[in-house]
Amino acid sequence: MDKNFAARRRRDLIIAAVLAVIAALTPLFVKDVVVQNILILTLMYAGLSQSWNILSGYCGQISLGHALYFGIGAYTTELLFTKFGVLPWFGMLAGGMIAAVIAMGLGYPFFRLRGHYFVIATIVIAEIGLLLFQNWDWAGAAMGITIPIRGDSWLKFQFPRTKLPYFYFALVLCCLAWFVTWWLEDSKWGFWWRAVKDNPDAAESLGVDVFNSKMGAAAVSAFLVAVGGSFYAQFVSYIDPESVMGFQFSLLMALPAVLGGIGTLWGPVLGAAILIPLTELTRYKFGGTGRGVDLIVYGALIVAISLALPQGLVSLFSRAKKTGATR
Amino acid sequence: MGLLYGLIAVGLALIFGLMDVVNFAHGEFLMIAMYVSFFLFTFFAIDPLLSAPLVAAALFVLGAVVYLLIVRFAMRAKTNAGMVQIFSTFGLAIVMRGLAQFFFTPDYRSIPQSWLGSKTISVAGIFLPEPQLIGALVSILAFAGLYVFIHRTDFGRALEATREDPGAVALVGIDKNRVFALGWGLGAALVGLAGAIMAVFFYIYPDVGASFALIAYVTVALGGFGSVFGAFAGGIIVGLVEAMTALMLPPSLKSVGIYAVYLLVVFIRPRGLFGSM
Repeated sequence: MDKNFAARRRRDLIIAAVLAVIAALTPLFVKDVVVQNILILTLMYAGLSQSWNILSGYCGQISLGHALYFGIGAYTTELLFTKFGVLPWFGMLAGGMIAAVIAMGLGYPFFRLRGHYFVIATIVIAEIGLLLFQNWDWAGAAMGITIPIRGDSWLKFQFPRTKLPYFYFALVLCCLAWFVTWWLEDSKWGFWWRAVKDNPDAAESLGVDVFNSKMGAAAVSAFLVAVGGSFYAQFVSYIDPESVMGFQFSLLMALPAVLGGIGTLWGPVLGAAILIPLTELTRYKFGGTGRGVDLIVYGALIVAISLALPQGLVSLFSRAKKTGATR
Repeated sequence: MGLLYGLIAVGLALIFGLMDVVNFAHGEFLMIAMYVSFFLFTFFAIDPLLSAPLVAAALFVLGAVVYLLIVRFAMRAKTNAGMVQIFSTFGLAIVMRGLAQFFFTPDYRSIPQSWLGSKTISVAGIFLPEPQLIGALVSILAFAGLYVFIHRTDFGRALEATREDPGAVALVGIDKNRVFALGWGLGAALVGLAGAIMAVFFYIYPDVGASFALIAYVTVALGGFGSVFGAFAGGIIVGLVEAMTALMLPPSLKSVGIYAVYLLVVFIRPRGLFGSM
């Protein structure tokens, strides 16, 4: 790789470290619970979107069914916890692994599909998962699971009295997803993914293992999203199929990346930083009326940005300093 | 029911076949059509059966406007073209749902008594609800009409030609944008027709489109994107599968059968039953 690329990667890492430290310090100044809540959600969606971006952005396999993995993470953790008393930390790992295995299992048939057929198949499979969970009595069916509160404890990952631990965990999750993306970007897989996205046939003819590289992307992506799902379950301490596996999650995961810049390192972070506070504030301000003003604002924004800046908000930055650009 | 699914889906298939764009706001078009039909009934006492052409006309305008205001620009995107199309129509769907909630409130509405009501007809010992029967008839007529339209009229030929080679038609003086706008209008008008009929026997609420949209995508993909006949066949298959699943599984799982059949079909034929390979 040429010097510019290496320099840019080092710069990205430094910026990320600085941002992470700044983020870690914010709770010292921000005591308002509503704002803290928004910050936690922003970090969570940044992490989720970053994970989604690995499969859909870098590898070009647009999935609108990632809610399936989110739900699997949430349900695995909580079923293990409430039925067998397994600590959420192990449940989190288990959920991640199960999601990764399912993602790879689905990969066999799914990765033969292209374009819209793939997108629709991902929506359909998530919808099947949702319907099955809604009818699965042992898992609480449509009523869901309420997580018993046993007091503040890192061991059980429960903090009814303060939001700070959730904040730090969300930050770690976000940083982890970012770092994995950063690390993969320069790996063999990263280059393969970009080749597969641009032109799968050409990539295949040049010796790229298209199928296996898609599988890798799917597994990493699903694992991270499932971990996010189990975090969310502990955070809200109540889950039901619609609230963790509903289609809106697939969309909410994709939107920050789309808005910020799909297939870029900073897109999901930037997108989440703008979109999630905006969503939460519009909901906070207008949502209570039940008249859908928040939806109108939100939808209009998506249309406007996807039309005006097809490469996402990140493209504004790279346009400003084209001189050092390597891509 | 299957024929109605086909009718909802064919507009989608038409638009996709014309320019490779999937309209993710299709379900919301259906929802708007149902509301238009509802208000025509409530304020002017026009029976949904009579208002169907009016609803179709209104949706035609809506479709053309959406193309001119949004899709035209989405198609110009050079990078991430697929993404831009998906998310601009998706955003539109969210806006439409929000607007419906804003103006019509989230309440469930229904058309209390139409000419058809809930009468049933007995054919060879099987009782069939009349509205569904009329719906099926209208669907068949619409399909036949569409077939004749595409293959026998000048505009239909222009549509086909634009689809084959948008560059070449410009040389013979066909305005690509006009053809596409009319194509979108036509696609929306078809779903308008379906919406007007369905308004008779379904509750009308802002999210109603979403539940049918996924089935419509499945129907189209089952038949193969771009194939009008495929959408027709896909609709019939989806209707039959739904009816059979309803016999074997609890009602809350009736869509699972449809989805499973879809997955099975695309795994065997990745481009759908009648899609070009």
